[in-house]
Amino acid sequence: MQTYQLMVNGAPHAVTSEPDKPLLWVLRDHLKLKGAKYGCGIAQCGACTVHIDGVAVQSCVLPISRVSGRVTTIEGLAKNGLLHPVQSAWIEHDVPQCGYCQAGQIMSAAAMLAVNPAPTDVDIDTAMSGNYCRCGTYVRIRAAIHAAAEARSVEGEAEV
Amino acid sequence: MNNVLTRRHFLKASALTSGGLMLELTLSGPLLAEALGTLVGSKELNAWVQISSSGQITIYSSVPEMGQGIKTALPMIIAEEMGAKWDDVKVLKSDVDSARFGLQGAGGSTSIPRNFDSMRTMGASAREMLIGAASEALEVDRAELEAKDSKVIHLSGESLSFGALAALAVRQPIPDPATLSFKDPKAYTIIGTSIAGVDNLGIVLGQSQFGIDVDVPNMRYAAYTRCPRLGGVPISFNEQAIKALPGVLDAFILTPDARAGQSSMSFLDGLAVLQGGVAIVGEDTWSVLNAKSNLKVVWDESAASTDSWSQMRREAKNLAGTAGGQIKRDSPVEAALNAPSNKAIDAFYEFPYVAHICMEPMNCTVHYIAGTESEAPRMEVWVPSQFPGQVKEVAKNLLGVDEERVTVNMTRMGGGFGRRAVHDFAAEAMAIAARTEGPVKLTWTRTDDIHQDFFRVGGFENMKAAVSPEGKLVAWDQHYIGFARNGKAVIGSGLRGNEFSMTAMPNARVRQSLIDIKTHCGAWRAPGANTNAFVEQSFLHELSVLAGRDHAEFLIELMGERRWLSEGNINALNTGRAIDVIQLAAQKSGWGKAMPQGWGQGLAFYFCHAAHIAEVADVYVDADQNFKVGKVTVAVDVGPIINLSGALSQVQGSIVDGLSTMALQQITMTNGRINQDNFDQYPVMRMGATPEIDVHFIQSNHQSTGLGEPALPPLAPAVTNAIFAATGTRIRSMPLSQEGFKLV
Repeated sequence: MQTYQLMVNGAPHAVTSEPDKPLLWVLRDHLKLKGAKYGCGIAQCGACTVHIDGVAVQSCVLPISRVSGRVTTIEGLAKNGLLHPVQSAWIEHDVPQCGYCQAGQIMSAAAMLAVNPAPTDVDIDTAMSGNYCRCGTYVRIRAAIHAAAEARSVEGEAEV
Repeated sequence: MNNVLTRRHFLKASALTSGGLMLELTLSGPLLAEALGTLVGSKELNAWVQISSSGQITIYSSVPEMGQGIKTALPMIIAEEMGAKWDDVKVLKSDVDSARFGLQGAGGSTSIPRNFDSMRTMGASAREMLIGAASEALEVDRAELEAKDSKVIHLSGESLSFGALAALAVRQPIPDPATLSFKDPKAYTIIGTSIAGVDNLGIVLGQSQFGIDVDVPNMRYAAYTRCPRLGGVPISFNEQAIKALPGVLDAFILTPDARAGQSSMSFLDGLAVLQGGVAIVGEDTWSVLNAKSNLKVVWDESAASTDSWSQMRREAKNLAGTAGGQIKRDSPVEAALNAPSNKAIDAFYEFPYVAHICMEPMNCTVHYIAGTESEAPRMEVWVPSQFPGQVKEVAKNLLGVDEERVTVNMTRMGGGFGRRAVHDFAAEAMAIAARTEGPVKLTWTRTDDIHQDFFRVGGFENMKAAVSPEGKLVAWDQHYIGFARNGKAVIGSGLRGNEFSMTAMPNARVRQSLIDIKTHCGAWRAPGANTNAFVEQSFLHELSVLAGRDHAEFLIELMGERRWLSEGNINALNTGRAIDVIQLAAQKSGWGKAMPQGWGQGLAFYFCHAAHIAEVADVYVDADQNFKVGKVTVAVDVGPIINLSGALSQVQGSIVDGLSTMALQQITMTNGRINQDNFDQYPVMRMGATPEIDVHFIQSNHQSTGLGEPALPPLAPAVTNAIFAATGTRIRSMPLSQEGFKLV
């Protein structure tokens, strides 16, 4: 057991853990941040996607000992009481069905838009290819990402 | 609203209370709810209504939510009939209590037709009580009042808000349901509009809602390992080594217990049996999953399943050549099949087992408090379940806990698709909790979730048919080869009796043979229909090609005269509605238009779950047999739509799910062991393969029915018929990845 210093959603945390414990379980069980989900444990489905220094990462296969950088989870995406444009677009387009995969979808979409503010369908399909949706909400995810991209360009943010 | 009226109202309202915080004290929400509960005869009551004096309308939703949108749709019906403004409505999930809410279950796309009348009765009752209250407060005839926009409005234009009326309304006599009248659908302002899911904000914020997120004080975490071969029983395991691993608190063997499987719901009876295995309890999820991966168990496999998919196929192929099987429907077909002037065809179709793979793996949290000499044991359960009330039976059967001493909390489900009707995972959690101090959460790995599924059953159909020189279907000889467990057809296998070939198909003979298996099978989105549609609608296309006929015209001709096969029975085919959706799908898809090189169109129709649905797929196939579904046009008749956004979402999802399954997915087993362990061997379609989906609703003047399942079955045959149109290659087996066709 070792103690690791993590910066999660802007707050520092000291976590005592086995070095090979994946970040996902540290977030969910130690820090009680349940937004990132367990889906497969082998980085196939993307339900566990979080940001490390703004980059989308599948946290179910990332040992805590190898986490370096600032972690952002779905709980930290809304800032100062304002939803991220992707979150607003998800509500506007009524994207979720069961909702289980959506935190991962939103985190992948937000990471993409941060570096590609005007993505094409192909850009979206590529950036989102790590995220399964068993309910089949892909049509709406695509539409919501385009809407979020437009909203970002006019700096539209909605209140939580 | 003038001041005099306001004052008079408040005087009356305050007489009911002892003053003080009158606005708060006059809510009387539970009282109103109780009154309404009595009114609609509790067993079919599915929600409560509360109105606060501030005007907030709380509607409780008692049907479990798994992504089908019922938590939004049912409250819409109540709100509509009440005259509420949707913005004033807050939806909360109800407790699990069959005495108050009746059956709290989600399955079979039945929640809308089963609950529509009770929901609007509740809404209309609340409306009449509010109108009664306004009539007293305003001292006007109730016939001069109307409920609208969360207000009761008088002819004169004077109005009182629902919030202001709540306290008075609750004292009103409960209307006799026979006296209630319902809104003219033309006046609807909520039903038929697009309302976003009531939990969307919580979902996008990552708030805990799912069973796997449950976190109660002093909770332990558990993992469970069963024999890789179904029915194997643990003898021993590396107990010392496991208990020495970090974060592990306990590890023990559980012996099988068939009692857990007893259910009062006949389709579930005998399924949720506790399988023997090794439980590991620890301080957090990863610790027990890590220990699980280090587990070494000695199994007694003497009674384990020997099922193998390859063996099942061999048996089915042998049966296909025989004249055996139970006759389900008999028409003389031999003469027409053998007549030299007719064209005949003989085809063997097969479809695989598939898994549910709900994105949220099975899990359950249980706090078991052992009994003492003076007190019987009790239990609290947190469970993502399609039938949460049924876990009380599991507790009773497995641990002898009286049902009234079991508190069940239903959670949102990360998918259901039929899997969460069976509570084997809850039985495991209870058995573990009975040996654990304090509450414990059992979480399955994805591999557990796949291996221990109640699969969509695979099967085979041997099809023969003949068409006359005039291009008419003159003989249909169908031999369904499915599976049984303990002599009884498993869920989803065999013909139910309402298939087209069992009802309206002319000149049809249908036989059925069942092969006995041990493999667990269960309800999987549109059971039976999701596979039979592939066979029936592909084979009909083969026949229309054989006859040299246009496929849409051929299907419409087969429907015959416009008629409802059993008047008033929503589960009976209405050929008129069938013809309408086929024609609409054809028209909207440009059926018959010239397609570019490599492209083809395919059409399929299926009736199930009270829904008439036709789909046309536009598919491109390249020289390497990579195929791309460019567009799917869907025509749906499920009567009037409740929530347009939710209905559209279910259809879109069914198309994607149907495509993902038919293109990519197959479960196989060898000597009782499931061969697919995780998503790397059992893939799900990714976003890039998503087609354009163009949906058209015929809002016919029939009862509104559900859409969670019925848009899925026609997708597979629409796609394979399109591949035939594009390439001339007939696909008679799924998944397409096994037939050399790759979805791109």
